[in-house]
Amino acid sequence: MNPALRETLSTALTLLVFAVVGASLLSGTYLLTRPNIERSEQAAKRALLAQTLPPDGFDNDLVHDTLPLPADARLGLKRPGTAYIARLAGQPRAVVLEAVAPDGYSGEIHLLVGILADGRIAGVRVTAHKETPGLGDYIDIGRAGWIRQFDGKSLDDPAADGWKVRKDGGRFDYMAGATITPRAVVAAVRRTLEYFAAHRAKLLAEPDTEETP
Amino acid sequence: MISQETREIVVNGLWKQNPGIVQLLGLCPLLAISNTVVNSLSLGLATTLVMATASGSVALVRNVIPHEIRIPAFVLIIAALVTVVQLAMNAWMHPLYLVLGVFIPLITTNCIVLARVEAFASKRSTAHSILDATMMGLGLTGVLVLLGGLREAIGKGTLFSGIDLALGPVAKDWVIPLAHDYGGFLIAVLPPGAFIGLGLLIALYNRLRVTPA
Repeated sequence: MNPALRETLSTALTLLVFAVVGASLLSGTYLLTRPNIERSEQAAKRALLAQTLPPDGFDNDLVHDTLPLPADARLGLKRPGTAYIARLAGQPRAVVLEAVAPDGYSGEIHLLVGILADGRIAGVRVTAHKETPGLGDYIDIGRAGWIRQFDGKSLDDPAADGWKVRKDGGRFDYMAGATITPRAVVAAVRRTLEYFAAHRAKLLAEPDTEETP
Repeated sequence: MISQETREIVVNGLWKQNPGIVQLLGLCPLLAISNTVVNSLSLGLATTLVMATASGSVALVRNVIPHEIRIPAFVLIIAALVTVVQLAMNAWMHPLYLVLGVFIPLITTNCIVLARVEAFASKRSTAHSILDATMMGLGLTGVLVLLGGLREAIGKGTLFSGIDLALGPVAKDWVIPLAHDYGGFLIAVLPPGAFIGLGLLIALYNRLRVTPA
């Protein structure tokens, strides 16, 4: 074999060995950490979902009791989302819907909207947003309690013309300096309620298994 | 007995050749994540850990890596180690992982890691390489924490906010409020604050090192 070729081959082989060692190190770590990562991701999700529901309002595992949501314009979803069903002793009591306010000041605001079976809101939380820190980020529960004013509201309370921020003649507070953000959230929550009203029967369907006599 | 060489490595990393403020390497995380002490410290320590292990591994195998492929081999080692750190943080420090987010994988592209591997670890003994990388990492962490503290104190009026993300709910009360009803000073928390803060730190450093006659 000519020496130049041999050197090239040995160089390539060295790099290959490094790649193989690196890859096996990664797969080992991945396998080792995967159960933990899944657990903490689900725990984080569970904790977030629980914030949008009354504390003693359900006894099932929300993360594993879901329905797919279509990419519906009212929910603002561009991709299919998820509805989490809250049950007490097997009976559906509430549902948590993923929704998106597409018209935030800096893009999409992702929401979780918890709705009780009677159509009242149990809680709303912002899961992701890019609003201006210090101005529009009061929609985040970590910054302010603003998002709590949706608790107990429904399609009839306030009536349709009250589902606006006060500046626009509605019933919802906002903070000076940022009205585009709350406007987007209020409208998105209202639309989510409308979606719920239209699909209530399907979202709160009794589980088939328990219906069989 | 500490040898002259060891002392030099320590002094270079922490002060004379401080990567954050003298070499001005690794500015990407420095500017992006340094808005609180906890974020700065966490990313700084993660970077230090990657630097120490990367430099150690490279120094170990420095004689078997052909010169032509040393950069791809180094990058492979660094990328693998960063991914291991990322998976470990995701598994065992999930809330903090969510905060640091994209900046953990970006440690790979932090030029200070590759710089120490190429300039030091590929030529020196394993022990010295690990020491050098650790000191450089701690030097960077020091600047990060200083800048993070400065920005957090001025921008939010607190210190150690978010510490519960790193240490669990026990640490919730460890946040130190510096002033009551502090309105916040937004620019310090936003990216421009990082540039201004770093500029001031560099100016201070130069003033300290070059004392006028």
